[in-house]
Parts: sequence; structure tokens; C-alpha cells
Amino acid sequence: MKVLYFARLRETFGLAEEEISGPASVTELLELLRSRGGVFAKELDAARPFRVAVNQEMAAMDSALQDSDEVAIFPPVTGG
Amino acid sequence: MDIRVQHPAFDVADEIARLHAADSGVGALVTFVGYVRDAHAGVGVQGMELEHYPGMTEKSLAAIVAEAEQRWHTLRISVIHRVGKLFPADPIVFVGVVSAHRADAFAACEFIMDYLKTQAPFWKKETTSNGERWVEARASDDEAARRW
Repeated sequence: MKVLYFARLRETFGLAEEEISGPASVTELLELLRSRGGVFAKELDAARPFRVAVNQEMAAMDSALQDSDEVAIFPPVTGG
Repeated sequence: MDIRVQHPAFDVADEIARLHAADSGVGALVTFVGYVRDAHAGVGVQGMELEHYPGMTEKSLAAIVAEAEQRWHTLRISVIHRVGKLFPADPIVFVGVVSAHRADAFAACEFIMDYLKTQAPFWKKETTSNGERWVEARASDDEAARRW
């Protein structure tokens, strides 16, 4: 699946997007990213206020994932 | 509905004319324009960079407008949101609603702004006298959106 990062998370991770295969849910994807440690473990800690979208729709943490999905992880929005 | 995410400035008079569309069924036209302020939380702001999620941002705005169209009797709605580098006094966002009666246009316009601020994927990074900083989401915006 394609995983996109935006705004502060993109800058902190030094990464705008990457390809990851395997995770069957948002929870599993986050566990995999946190297992990298460092900024990934810190920023994606469950207590942090990030959001997840799957295929450009806001998604719950238990949402199922397929390798063809586009997942985005970003901070709470601040437009307007 | 007319949804635009763009860097260039918009012209409010042109947008009003487009919304009214010389339609004599229009009884009310309500607009909201948001601007970049020169200070935030007591710190001077020299400019900001607005980032978005191409694709999802447009879809999210369209879904918000579609919900407003379900809830109120509106005739036409336009939402324009600028992205990229902006400076104090620049307009950032335009919401315009026309309806037969003013209550629908007022309510729909306010609803769209409250939802846009909490749902649509845009992020502001300010350049301040203390350096650059990402703007943090505000709890008062979440409360405003919950009213609806």
C-alpha cells in the first residue's frame, strides 16, 4: 500500500510517501511503523493526536487494509 | 456546487456575480472570507504556507457542501480555498451561499466553515518572528463543529 505523510509528520519523518505491504488493518500498520522506534514511535504513540485516512476518507484505527489501498497519516487539520 | 483549491487570489465581486447568476429566484446571498492575520497567539506572523492533500481535500469539501445542501434549502454554493505561500491580509478562503431566504444561506455558510476547519485536510505553517511553526488544531474549532 502507498502510505502518505503530511505537514508536520512529513517533515518530522523526512518522508512524503513510502510503499509498505502486509498490514491488514490500520492498527497493524501503526504497530509496524512504531516498531521502527525514534520519531515514528514518538509521533504515532496512541496518545498523540494524529489522523488516518484510507483511500482519501477519514478512517477508524480498526479499519481493514489491502495492499492496493492509499493510506495517509497526518496531524489534525488547520485550514480555513 | 463549485469547489476550487488554488494558489491564485479570488475576486469576491466576481464570485458574488457568479453565485447570483442574475437569478431572480435568489433572495439571499451570504459570503464568508477568511484572511491571514499578522499575529497569532501574541506572536507576529510574516507569512504562512498552506499544505493540502490533493484529491482528498477536494472530496472532503464536496462532501461538506453536499451535507449543507441536504440540510438547508440552498440554490448554489461556492467554496474556494487557497494553498501555497500567503501573507498577512491575503484572503485564504471564500464560502458563498445563495438561497431564497436568508436563514438557509446564513446557516449553510457557517456550517460549511465550521466543518471545513475541522474536516478538510489543510495544514498551516506560519513564519513568525520566532521562526517557523505548524499551527496546532484548536479545541474551540471542534466545539464549533459539534454544534451542528
